[in-house]
Amino acid sequence: MGNATSGIIQVISASSVGTMIEWYDFYIFGMLAKTISTQFFPEGNATAALLSTLAIFAAGFIVRPFGALVFGRLGDLIGRKYTFLLTLVLMGGSTFLIGLVPGYISIGIAAPILVLLLRLLQGLALGGEYGGAATYVAEHAPANKRGYYTSWIQTTATLGLFVALGVIMLVKLNMTDEQFNAQWGGWRYPFWISIFLVAVSVYIRLKMSESPLFSKLKAEGKTSSNPLKESFRHKANFKMVLLALFGAVMGQGVIWYTGQFYAQSFLETKCNIEFEQSRTIMLWAIVFATPFFLFFGWLSDKIGRKWIMLVGMLLGILTYRPIFNTFLKDTNEIAWKVDNSISIDQPIVKKEQVKNSSDTLASTTVIYSLSNGVRFTEIKTETLPADPAKTKMNTKITYKDKHLSSSIYWKFVGLVFLLILYVTMVYGPVAAFLVELFPTRIRYTSMSLPYHIGNGVFGGLVPFIGLLLTTTYPADPLVGLWYPIGIAALCFIIGAIYLNNKIDKDITD
Amino acid sequence: MNSIKKYLGIVWLLLAPVVIYLLVSGAITHIDPTGKKDINNPIIWVIIIAIFTPVAIGLMIFGWYAWKNEYSKLPENSKEI
Repeated sequence: MGNATSGIIQVISASSVGTMIEWYDFYIFGMLAKTISTQFFPEGNATAALLSTLAIFAAGFIVRPFGALVFGRLGDLIGRKYTFLLTLVLMGGSTFLIGLVPGYISIGIAAPILVLLLRLLQGLALGGEYGGAATYVAEHAPANKRGYYTSWIQTTATLGLFVALGVIMLVKLNMTDEQFNAQWGGWRYPFWISIFLVAVSVYIRLKMSESPLFSKLKAEGKTSSNPLKESFRHKANFKMVLLALFGAVMGQGVIWYTGQFYAQSFLETKCNIEFEQSRTIMLWAIVFATPFFLFFGWLSDKIGRKWIMLVGMLLGILTYRPIFNTFLKDTNEIAWKVDNSISIDQPIVKKEQVKNSSDTLASTTVIYSLSNGVRFTEIKTETLPADPAKTKMNTKITYKDKHLSSSIYWKFVGLVFLLILYVTMVYGPVAAFLVELFPTRIRYTSMSLPYHIGNGVFGGLVPFIGLLLTTTYPADPLVGLWYPIGIAALCFIIGAIYLNNKIDKDITD
Repeated sequence: MNSIKKYLGIVWLLLAPVVIYLLVSGAITHIDPTGKKDINNPIIWVIIIAIFTPVAIGLMIFGWYAWKNEYSKLPENSKEI
């Protein structure tokens, strides 16, 4: 192996591993939100509720783009290497410390305040990391392999999700729910693990040298003195920032979020698939789809970035509703009951007195096992009036813990794989695309902001707008998909008309 | 193609205020201090409107640039930026 090849492998490894760890750190907070909420933001406390809202929404929507500006500027002033080293330390330190904050029960309101501050630091660090890593790798890569080499950075967000899902599942499967959710319980382990990962990554990154293009620029005294002003107040550059956002990254953000997070949440909350199966469906799909980040990065070096990204968006626009409709149709318990022979476990009936009433609340839990291998739990709750002559009231039937048959399970893995395949198409080439739009002296700043607005804001709004649409139009369970479909369609039109498909061979200027 | 780019600029220009209007009217309709969903929470709406308004203004500027033919020819190299 030549020096150049081993050098670029080191550059890619050092950048990718660190960025993957940052994504892991950012995701575990979101995935453990329910437990964190119980530990730090107890219900009924208005201040804690406010802090919880800020921790969840401000970190992604406000602080992440702000981090892009702060660290982007720093990266264009002092260099890529030390800036994305700093973001890594900041992220790892914050994550580890979240795992050390005592619960609300021990230190009161100080607990949610500390967690909020640390979560905001996480958002800030994430905003600075990606632009640095992508720029660093791209500035080491030869022109004909820029898409392929930077696509390794593009795998990190999905691999970070994979590691976060895997670590949480492993910890959870090795203890009881009580042990996991206790004040100093298993939910803290994923936060503590982060410090080891970060230490290794910092060690590797410290040994790396600065980007050759930035070093050359610095030696010649040509670095920008005010990257923010040059990026956003010079019309010629600002119009490219806007084009990057509305013609590429906005659509990429919603496709990314829908394929990986909305799909998972949909399988768990709308299809009511049991925890382990819904997680392993995601894990398998990620395993099968991840190599395609590299494939589409490589392909973008051959045929250009634009159409790969836009075709990924188009496929999402055309197939989201049929795919999600299949998820619903194939987990419909009424159809299951009609099509299969059923065996039922002994029903478990619980009764309790309704508060301030002589009526009784009865809940009947029945576990169904069907001939096609499916199992699910039906919970029927109803109010029994004290007067037996009156009819039962408020009858409600809910289903949970649906265990899919092998054929449906693998069909779902295939469908989620398709959703993530679209992600690989829009996301694989995007780093090279962004790097090539902007000059070296302001590249870190200029590419970071549209990236984090596209992903953090447009992508991050998928669940909120989904809820808004579902509440407004409750008859259609798939109505929430119109937001990602609409944004992707808008981005597709802008991208198709305004972007060109040229690969910029020379990014040294 | 350049005239399509130019005239679509008007669409982007007009779309931005529509987005802001929809967000503000959505907030007015759904904010409910007694509600428990995220869409009932005023803080979330304040955050979203605060971050989305500059983005929508960005879309307006994008439309304006398109209308002024700024995207009829994209830069070939960094010297043009």
